[in-house]
Amino acid sequence: MFKIVKKTELNPIEFEIYVEAPRIAQKAKAGQFVILRINEHGERIPLTVVDTDVEKGLVRLIFQVIGKSTAELATLTAGESLADLVGPLGKATDIENYGSVLLVGGGVGIAALFPIVKALKEAGNHVITVLGAKNKDLMILADECGQYSDELILMTDDGSLGQKGLVTDAMKEVFAKETIDMAWAIGPSVMMKFCTLTAEAAGVPIYVSLNPIMVDGTGMCGGCRVTVDNQIKFACVDGPEFLGAGVDWDEFVNRMGQYRNEETVANEDYEKKVTQHG
Amino acid sequence: MAKRSYTKTPMKEQAPEIRNQNFSEVALGYSLEEGQLEASRCLQCKNAPCIQNCPVMIDIPGFIKQIEEGDMAAASEILSKYTNLPAICGRVCPQEKQCEMVCRLGQSKKFEPVAIGKLERLVADWALQQPIEPLAISHDKGKVAVIGSGPSGLTAAGDLAKLGYEVTIFEALHMPGGVLTYGIPEFRLPKAIVSKEIERIQATGVTIETNVVVGKTITMEEIMADFDACYLSVGAGAPNFMGIPGTSLNGVYSSSEYLTRINLMKGYEFPTYDTPVQKSKNVVVIGGGNVAMDAARSAKRLGAENVSIIYRRSREELPAREEEYHHSVEEGINYHWLSNPIEYLNDGTGKLTAVKCVKMELGEPDESGRRRPQVIPGSEFIVEADTAIEAIGQGANRVLLDTFPELQLNRWGYIDADPATGATSIPGVFAGGDIVTGAATVILAMGAGKVAATQIDQYIQTKKAEVTV
Ligand SMILES: Cc1cc2nc3c(=O)[nH]c(=O)nc-3n(C[C@H](O)[C@H](O)[C@H](O)COP(=O)(O)OP(=O)(O)OC[C@H]3O[C@@H](n4cnc5c(N)ncnc54)[C@H](O)[C@@H]3O)c2cc1C
Ligand SMILES: Cc1cc2nc3c(=O)[nH]c(=O)nc-3n(C[C@H](O)[C@H](O)[C@H](O)COP(=O)(O)OP(=O)(O)OC[C@H]3O[C@@H](n4cnc5c(N)ncnc54)[C@H](O)[C@@H]3O)c2cc1C
Ligand code: SF4
Ligand code: FES
Repeated sequence: MFKIVKKTELNPIEFEIYVEAPRIAQKAKAGQFVILRINEHGERIPLTVVDTDVEKGLVRLIFQVIGKSTAELATLTAGESLADLVGPLGKATDIENYGSVLLVGGGVGIAALFPIVKALKEAGNHVITVLGAKNKDLMILADECGQYSDELILMTDDGSLGQKGLVTDAMKEVFAKETIDMAWAIGPSVMMKFCTLTAEAAGVPIYVSLNPIMVDGTGMCGGCRVTVDNQIKFACVDGPEFLGAGVDWDEFVNRMGQYRNEETVANEDYEKKVTQHG
Repeated sequence: MAKRSYTKTPMKEQAPEIRNQNFSEVALGYSLEEGQLEASRCLQCKNAPCIQNCPVMIDIPGFIKQIEEGDMAAASEILSKYTNLPAICGRVCPQEKQCEMVCRLGQSKKFEPVAIGKLERLVADWALQQPIEPLAISHDKGKVAVIGSGPSGLTAAGDLAKLGYEVTIFEALHMPGGVLTYGIPEFRLPKAIVSKEIERIQATGVTIETNVVVGKTITMEEIMADFDACYLSVGAGAPNFMGIPGTSLNGVYSSSEYLTRINLMKGYEFPTYDTPVQKSKNVVVIGGGNVAMDAARSAKRLGAENVSIIYRRSREELPAREEEYHHSVEEGINYHWLSNPIEYLNDGTGKLTAVKCVKMELGEPDESGRRRPQVIPGSEFIVEADTAIEAIGQGANRVLLDTFPELQLNRWGYIDADPATGATSIPGVFAGGDIVTGAATVILAMGAGKVAATQIDQYIQTKKAEVTV
């Protein structure tokens, strides 16, 4: 059992938890994730390790409620426990001093971007960070990302914080005035696809962090397979980071929708239970 | 004594049209009387050939004799000297290729061999009903780590604990058992039985830590520093895909994903359990081993109307257990013999709609002695399918191996270990089971675990003796 020692509601749809998992805290590096199971009936869901506290043995996770499992996770409070937590999984980000780097995060993807921002800054890079959200209330980790960035650009769909517009608008501005040696984009698949196109147009290599549906997370099922450079890769062991230029985006987006019907059934079933039992 | 029956004493089974709607066990087991009747067919051979052909050399006539006399405790005592997982082996071993193949009774034309597997199961199931008593032995001979909790790891761990070692098993998944838990379905191997056999192994003093991926959560360096020796039994769990066009369409699965969702995650009880499994109408399974049978029969139980298996060789070469093949036919699984898929067809929205196949013929025998299948030109045909499951074999899982480059691998990417001892290129690191042989059988994985346990004991004692000298 893995105890939740702290829980914060960041906004109505995003939550932060700190979970006791000393071994994972000790090993996790930027870019890696864990898989958790809430209880004996639970499914295995992947979440990125946002941060660690090695001394206290804590792992920090941030998640957005989008379906049954994340909704149920949001009901847990400090003191309660997760049945299972395994990791750190996946390859860590290649952290080195590239020179000038551009990091782009959208929505809950910012949670996965933050550890990379921090690690790249600590490795001596000149860091420019672009964060995008629907509105001011849904913008997460802006202060923390700012703390590790030489320049921070905030974008919202409605202009309630920073500039009004898309993260790709901000990327274009950065590319116009700076030489960027390496870029990262993490967020919804459509966003990552367009960030890739934008970076390609500017001749900048860009990494994306893919978030396909996973089961085991250890390379044993192939459910997370993606096509990169015309080859089948397993995102849980070969990724989750890949160079965006090689990703077959249409296939990736298509595979994300595989269980839409079943996910709706699970969610409705869960809502029924919640309303019945109060 | 009554006249010896020519045929095996039949075992009760759920009727095919009922069982293909549920996940409960198909074969229901012998009663004591049925077991005694079957046991009385055994000739009690001297130099019994059945023993020689059992990979862990169980004293088969010995335990059968005890069943005949109705002494289940004594029968169980004999079994436990040789195997830590009898309830599992009794159910899933390919007896027709091992002990029962050479059974002297079966050699005479008129008689079927003694139903050794079914008798083993009877004794083991009896034993599982008995209270578990923790073994009173001290574990002070040394510390051994076992990586992976499949049949190979469990066997090595149980034997080492009995020899007096403090044993910790590290398992990546949230449940121990390896393929027994995530691969072989409930209707062949009830998970309650697997759990009970694992509990019995824990009662010998073995600790199992789940949710630990060695190479990630802890490293091999840490293991080698903390333990006197270790046993790598991580299996061959990485699925292969044929890589034909359309492999990434929705509806195309590896058998590993399909079966993991069903068995480990209990997808067949969705939405009581959270993990979904797609509902299908027409299912195609590619392959001819136990894995293909399991996937096909599971699909049928999930409500698919048509399930067919596509196999590139013919009935004679089918590698699956004989009993499972028969069960699958009874349950309404269709077969396309001498056929091979060449493309998955898209319905236009990214979903699978059919599998394009070709017919094959068997040519000259290859190095393995099996006749090599060749494509018959112009023989394309289409099988309608909304789900396709590839069960064409697994490879070595790289997660641990990639972090341990010092360890020598063979040209197939499996660990290079001495088959007689399990020793690898690194002193103190032993390996066995599917990660050494490639996908094989439960009993061979167990056999390797037994060998490794003895060798690890010798290794540690020799090392200690050197230190004290
Ligand atoms: C490596 C990796 C790291 C991740 N890190 C984070 C993180 O730090 N924070 C976070 O909030 N989420 C993260 N995710 C996504 C997270 O795993 C999913 O949001 C979660 O599994 C959804 O579960 P659910 O039961 O609540 O929703 P479901 O009922 O499973 O799904 C609801 C909807 O979400 C879509 N969906 C399903 N799986 C995913 C997925 N993996 N990603 C996106 N959409 C999905 C479905 O198509 C469906 O429309 C990560 C995913 C991966 C693979
Ligand atoms: C669907 C299916 C049906 C089968 N049916 C039969 C049958 O009827 N009869 C028969 O004899 N054989 C059958 N087999 C084959 C048999 O199950 C295997 O040969 C046997 O399980 C191999 O045992 P093992 O202990 O080597 O590995 P496994 O059973 O594969 O166990 C390996 C374990 O190691 C864990 N692991 C992997 N990497 C790590 C890591 N880095 N850290 C920690 N843990 C790790 C895995 O999670 C797994 O639990 C079947 C196989 C399958 C897939
Ligand atoms: S070979 Fe057959 S008949 Fe002879 S001892 Fe073994 S089981 Fe009995
Ligand atoms: S999630 Fe199963 S192989 Fe990646």
